Amino acid sequence: MSIGTYTPRPGAAPLPRMIAAQTAFETKMLLRNGEQLLLTVIIPALLLVLFSAVDIVDTGEGKSVDFLAPGILALAVMSTAFTGQAIATGFERRYGVLKLLGTSPLPRWALMTAKTLSVLVTEVLQVVLLTVIAFGLGWSPHGNPFAVFLLLVLGTAAFSGLGLLMAGTLKAEATLAAANLVFLLLLVGGGVIVPLDKFPDAVQSVLGLLPISALSDGLRDVLQHGAAIPWGNLGILTAWAVLGLGAAARFFRWE
Amino acid sequence: MRSETAQVAVQVCGLVKRYGSKTAVDGLDLEVRPGAVTAVLGPNGAGKTTTIETCEGYRRPDAGTVRVLGLDPVADAAELRPRIGVMLQSGGVYSGARADEMLRHVAKLHAHPLDVDALIERLGLGGCGRTTYRRLSGGQQQRLALAMAVVGRPELVFLDEPTAGLDPQARRSTWDLVRELRTDGVTVVLTTHFMDEAEQLADDVAIIDGGRVIARGSPEELCRGGAENTLRFTGRPGLDIASLLKALPVDTLAAELTPGTYRITGKVDPQLLATVTSWCAQHGVMPDGISVERHSLEDVFLELTGKDLRS
Repeated sequence: MSIGTYTPRPGAAPLPRMIAAQTAFETKMLLRNGEQLLLTVIIPALLLVLFSAVDIVDTGEGKSVDFLAPGILALAVMSTAFTGQAIATGFERRYGVLKLLGTSPLPRWALMTAKTLSVLVTEVLQVVLLTVIAFGLGWSPHGNPFAVFLLLVLGTAAFSGLGLLMAGTLKAEATLAAANLVFLLLLVGGGVIVPLDKFPDAVQSVLGLLPISALSDGLRDVLQHGAAIPWGNLGILTAWAVLGLGAAARFFRWE
Repeated sequence: MRSETAQVAVQVCGLVKRYGSKTAVDGLDLEVRPGAVTAVLGPNGAGKTTTIETCEGYRRPDAGTVRVLGLDPVADAAELRPRIGVMLQSGGVYSGARADEMLRHVAKLHAHPLDVDALIERLGLGGCGRTTYRRLSGGQQQRLALAMAVVGRPELVFLDEPTAGLDPQARRSTWDLVRELRTDGVTVVLTTHFMDEAEQLADDVAIIDGGRVIARGSPEELCRGGAENTLRFTGRPGLDIASLLKALPVDTLAAELTPGTYRITGKVDPQLLATVTSWCAQHGVMPDGISVERHSLEDVFLELTGKDLRS
């Protein structure tokens, strides 16, 4: 390289270009990560196929895929927005990625925007894949697509807030362990594959307030039973979103 | 407010930074000239990284002021960040990213980045291929971090221990890059433990200890000031030291260290050298292997910061 190569010519790229580049990069990192793919793609797809094909859990009246598909969609949202995002962000924080980006031209809000977009891109891919599989298993969904969209967006907001709160306050290893544990517990106790009415009444009413239960129950109301807008579940998700995102904004530590 | 008009690239006045009850930086003053290479030296825990990270906008001063390119690193962060390049002591890269794609990504965040392929070639990162960051060698990780600091064509770069863990070849290649940056008008602030690095690269040196600057100047000024120099030669054993001392200035010391090896300590200048050689001539002594040892920056550093190990 010759004289003048490094002559200063500083400047930030235009914001939309930075956000697009960051979104593409985050998505690429996520899709490359084997553990993340296991969590976000393989486990939901496998559970959908397995529990639809084999009658392990009594899913009530009708085809089991009609019960399972909405739950698995909720699980997909949780796996990406909560578990995946918490683990990835936790390690980015641990390895100084967030710190270094803090001196790059990319503003913090733009970084968070890119993270959100990356989560949404991943979710679109998940929803497409799981929908195709569900149709292959004979799924016949009902309901208002707008209500489904609203539930997915609010669910994403709620899980993102909780995931970022965890990633920004705990050590990376603790986040890894806790995010996986929470994933597993909510998978079992959140109405994803096991109907909540299998639990005792008292437990049921508590479990019903969890974000995963609100999302899976809301999606099921619409997609399986053709309900219009499940206001109760939307309300629970909104509360979690406000609490989670608020706490994350307040307590998140960048390094 | 562009930096062309700024007389100083970095101005730190009375900086204080505490972590709990521990005072990491305690009234530190530092000035960095634009276009120069400034080395910040100091023992572990002296406050080097805290000072640099305050300049980068990571920490708010508890007292004092910091101006970087005339801007407040915290309040004016949005304006400042595109103009500086930062190399952290470690990390800063997605563990699953390959060197070339990480560098390309950082380049995309800037308006007029360097040619990424040429930079990869220049820093010898071409051999990293498809290896992800966590599997790169320490040296490769260091060079990638350096590349990420300069790829946006900044006016000012902060390099925190840029050659820690590098082999001698990679170290020299990094030194060359720092020199090229300076030639092209980039201001460089670096911290280092290596005195030879500061001696080789720096126009200005600031030695920090206990959270303050305890000495500053060019490497030559620091080596000249204070410390005494040494002249050594070998000759016949048992020379008359007393007679030699009589010929030398009063505050000079002379000693026969082992039979036939002599050491003279004091202000070693051409006059003193001439005095010693003419004394030898008068006494029929051939001063073999006569050598003058300038005090190195390392001697100065150890003299100033003490030789005890720090925890």
